[in-house]
Amino acid sequence: MFYFILNRLAQALLVMAVVSAISFSLFNFVGDPVNNMVGQDATREQRIEIRQQLGLDDPILVQYQRFMLNVAQGDFGLSYRIKQPVSQLILERLPATLELVFASAIIAVFIGIVLGVFTGIRRYSWVSKIIMSVSLIGVSLPTFIIGIGLIYLFAVYLRWLPSSGRAGVIEVGGWKTSLLTVDGWRSIILPAITLSLFQLTMILRLVRAEMLEVMRSDYIKFARARGLANRAIHFGHALRNTLVPVITIIGLNIGGLIAYSVITETVFQWPGTGLMFIQAVDFVDVPIMAAYLIFVALLFVVINLIVDILYFVVDPRIRRGGS
Amino acid sequence: MSNLLEINNLSVDFPSRRGQVAAVNKVSIEVAKGEVLGLVGESGAGKSTVGNSIINLLEPPGYISGGEIIFDGARIDQLSNEEMRKIRGAKIGTIFQDPQTSLNPLMTIGKQLSETLIETLKISGSSAREKAIELLDSVGIPEPEARLDAYPHQFSGGMRQRVVIALALAGDPDLIIADEPTTALDVSIQKQILDLIKSLCKQRNLGVIIVTHDIGVIAEIADRVAVMYNGQLVEQGKVTQVLQKPKHEYTKSLISAVPSGDQKLHRFTVVDYIDGSGEKVTLENVSDHWLSKNKSSETHNTAVSVKNLSIEFSIRQALFRKNRISLKAVDDVSIEIQTGESFGLVGESGSGKSTLARLIAGLYTPKSGDINIFGHNVLQKTQKTKTSLIRRKMQMIFQDPYSSLNSRMTVEDIISEPIRFHRSTENSSETSEVVRDLISFVGMPTTSLKKYPHEFSGGQRQRISIARALASRPEILICDEPTSALDVSVQANILNLLKDLQEELSLTMLFISHDLPVIRQMCDRVAVMQNGKICEISQTDELFDNPEHEYSKHLLGLMPRMDLFRL
Repeated sequence: MFYFILNRLAQALLVMAVVSAISFSLFNFVGDPVNNMVGQDATREQRIEIRQQLGLDDPILVQYQRFMLNVAQGDFGLSYRIKQPVSQLILERLPATLELVFASAIIAVFIGIVLGVFTGIRRYSWVSKIIMSVSLIGVSLPTFIIGIGLIYLFAVYLRWLPSSGRAGVIEVGGWKTSLLTVDGWRSIILPAITLSLFQLTMILRLVRAEMLEVMRSDYIKFARARGLANRAIHFGHALRNTLVPVITIIGLNIGGLIAYSVITETVFQWPGTGLMFIQAVDFVDVPIMAAYLIFVALLFVVINLIVDILYFVVDPRIRRGGS
Repeated sequence: MSNLLEINNLSVDFPSRRGQVAAVNKVSIEVAKGEVLGLVGESGAGKSTVGNSIINLLEPPGYISGGEIIFDGARIDQLSNEEMRKIRGAKIGTIFQDPQTSLNPLMTIGKQLSETLIETLKISGSSAREKAIELLDSVGIPEPEARLDAYPHQFSGGMRQRVVIALALAGDPDLIIADEPTTALDVSIQKQILDLIKSLCKQRNLGVIIVTHDIGVIAEIADRVAVMYNGQLVEQGKVTQVLQKPKHEYTKSLISAVPSGDQKLHRFTVVDYIDGSGEKVTLENVSDHWLSKNKSSETHNTAVSVKNLSIEFSIRQALFRKNRISLKAVDDVSIEIQTGESFGLVGESGSGKSTLARLIAGLYTPKSGDINIFGHNVLQKTQKTKTSLIRRKMQMIFQDPYSSLNSRMTVEDIISEPIRFHRSTENSSETSEVVRDLISFVGMPTTSLKKYPHEFSGGQRQRISIARALASRPEILICDEPTSALDVSVQANILNLLKDLQEELSLTMLFISHDLPVIRQMCDRVAVMQNGKICEISQTDELFDNPEHEYSKHLLGLMPRMDLFRL
C-alpha cells in the first residue's frame, strides 16, 4: 500500500511538472503582456522599464526557474489587469466554485446512485423506463441550454428563485460561504442542478449497468438461495460491488464538474474561479490563466489519488499483502 | 418411508421467440432424509433447472408449467416469493458450482455467515458469531475464530467451497441441493469435499441432491441416482444397480464414455446418443495435401528440449527488494519430447503445467534456462526470423472454447487468418479451398464456415479451435486441458479426433491435463508436476502400474472408483 501510494505520488509530481511547463509557456506564446498593460500612447522607455520589472528580458530558463520557485511558494505573480496577486484573487473566488461543485456533486452522486439502483433492480417497471428516457435528455442537452431553460422556468416564469449571482454570503473563519443563509441556498439551487445534470445521468446509467451485471452474478444467486431479504441483497451485496467502477467515474467527473463550471458560472454569473478564468481569457490576463491551469491540474491529480486510495477501502482484493 | 422431498411430473418451460422450450419434461424424483440422490446428465439436460425450480430460483423467463413439488408434506411450488424466501436457507440449503464466484468478494466470510444466521435463525449478532465459528469448525476450517474476518479471496478454492457449505448449512436446513459442488475443484480436493458432504448428510440426517455431469462423483457419494437426458428422466435407481446394469441406452453410453484409467485402449468409446457428433472426413492422400507440404527438410529426433527452465511471478510488489514476494511457477524444469511422440503433463491446478506449456509456446519469457525446438534455441535474440519460423511449427489449443475464439469473426475468418498471415497459400481461392478441407477434416460441415462461434456448442467450438491450429501447418501441437470444459461424450469425440490427427499428420503433441484416465489414453510418456517441479517422467503404462514418486502414488489414489461400474 505504501509502495503503491508512493508510486502514484511520483506520477502526480510528473503530471504537475508537465502542466506547469505548459502554463509557463503561456507567458511566452500568448501575446505580448506589455501591450495589454500599457496604453497605446506609452513611450518606448516606459515599455522597456515594464519589461525589466517583469523580468521578460532574462533567458527562458532563468524565467522558468523563477516561475517554478514562485509557484512552489504559492506565488503566481500579479494579474495584468487588476494588478493584484493572482493567488489572492483565486483564494477569494475559490469558495464560490467549491461550494457550487460540492452541492452539485452531492446531487449527482446521491440521486444518480439511488435512481441507478432503482432502475437496475426494477428493470422492467414503467417508472424505470421513464427515468431512462428522461436521463437521455441530461446526457444530450448542453449545459448552457439546461441553465437557460431553468432560469426561464423558475426565475422568469414562476419567479421562485433568483436568476443569477450569489446572494447571502457570510464569512465564517475566512471562508465566504453562501450555504448558511436562505438566500444563499435559493441562489445556489439552479446553478447546482444545471451543473450536476450531466454527471447525474452518467452516474445513473453507470450504476444501472453495473447493477444489472452484478445482479446476474453467482454470489447474488447464492445470497437469494440463503434466504436473505431483498434489501440486504440489493444494498448489502449488490451495491457495494458496483462501486469500484462508479468511484472511478465519479472521481473523474468531479474534475469534470470544475471544468464545466466555467460554462455554468458564466450562465448564472456565479462569482467563482470559472467566471474569473473566462474574464481573464478576454483580457489575455496570462498569470490568471496559468494559475488556473495549474490549479485545475492539481485538483484532478488530488482527486485521482483519493480515488486510488478509495479502491483500497472498498475492495479488499486490492489490499494485497495487507493483513 | 415418508419422503422429505417429492417431485411429481415436474415440467419447466422457457418461452422463446421460437416457441416454448421444455427444459424439464415430466420429471418425478424423491429424496428421503439421510439419503444422497445423484442427478446426472450432460450440459443442457435440465438437471440444474430441476434444482433451481425446487427453490424457485429459475432464471427468467423460465417457469414451472406443470407438476408439483412437495417438501416436508406441503406443496412449495405455488408459494409467493416472500413465503419461498423463508424456506430458502432455513429449510433448503443450496451449494453452487464455483466457490470463486458464489461468495461476495467484498464482505468478510464472518459477516456473510452472521448475516445469514441472523436472517434464518432469528438470533442476535453475538450468538450468530459464536454459531458461525461452530459452523466453520464443523466444515473443517482450521482456526475458525481467526478466519472469520478474512475475505473470500484469502481462502484457497477448496476452503472456499467449505465456507459455501457452511453458509448453506447456516439455517439448519433439512435438504441440501448441491449443484456441481466439485466441478471447479482439483481431484484431491474434490474427494475431501464429497466426503464432507456425505458425512454431514449422515450426521445431520439431511436429504442431499447432488447435481453433476460426472459419473465419478455419483459413484463416490450417491445412494441413488437419477439420469436425465434432454429434459427427461431416463432412468433412476440404486447407484450400484444403475452403474453396473444400466437399462437405458443413454446411461450405457454415458458410462462407457468415461475414459478408463485401468488399461490403454486404442480409441475412446464414442457415444452415438449425442447430437452433433459429426464424423471426421479422412482426407485422401494426406501426404500430398497442402497440410503436409511444410515439413522440415531436416529431421530431428528431439522436437522440444527444455533445460533448467525457471520463471517467477511477482505476487507482492514492494519498494524494497527484501519485502517483495515472488512465486516460482516453473522451477528448474528439464524435459525432452521426441518427434512424433505424445507427451503428457499432469498435475493439480497451480502445479505450473500450463505455465510450462506457455513458456514452450513462447507466450512467457523464462527467467533462466533454455528451450530448443527442433534443435534451434528459440530464446536467442540474434536469430529472430528463424525463431518465428520455428514458432509457427508450434500451435496451441486452449482449455476454454468459449473465450478462445473471437466472437466477432466468422469461422471462415478465424481459420483463414493464420493462412493469410503467413501467406502460405498461392491465392485466395486456394485459401478458401484449404479452409473447407480443414473444417471437414475436423468433422464439421462446410456450411459452418459462414457462422459465428456463438452458434456452436462447446465441442464444436473446440473442433474449430483445432482447425485454426492446423491452419498454421504445425508439427507440434500443445493442448492445454482441451476437453476439461466439455461433457464426457463430447470429450471422447474430441480426443479421438486429436489422436487421428496426430497419426495422420504425424504430429508431436504436448498434452496437458489434470485427468489421469485421459492422460493414460492419450500419451506415450508422462511427466508429473507438483509446485513447479517435475516429480517423475516415465512411460505411461509404467506410471500407472508402478508409480515411483510419492506424489504420483497420491494422484493415482484419487482416481474415481472405477470398480463400481466396471465389473
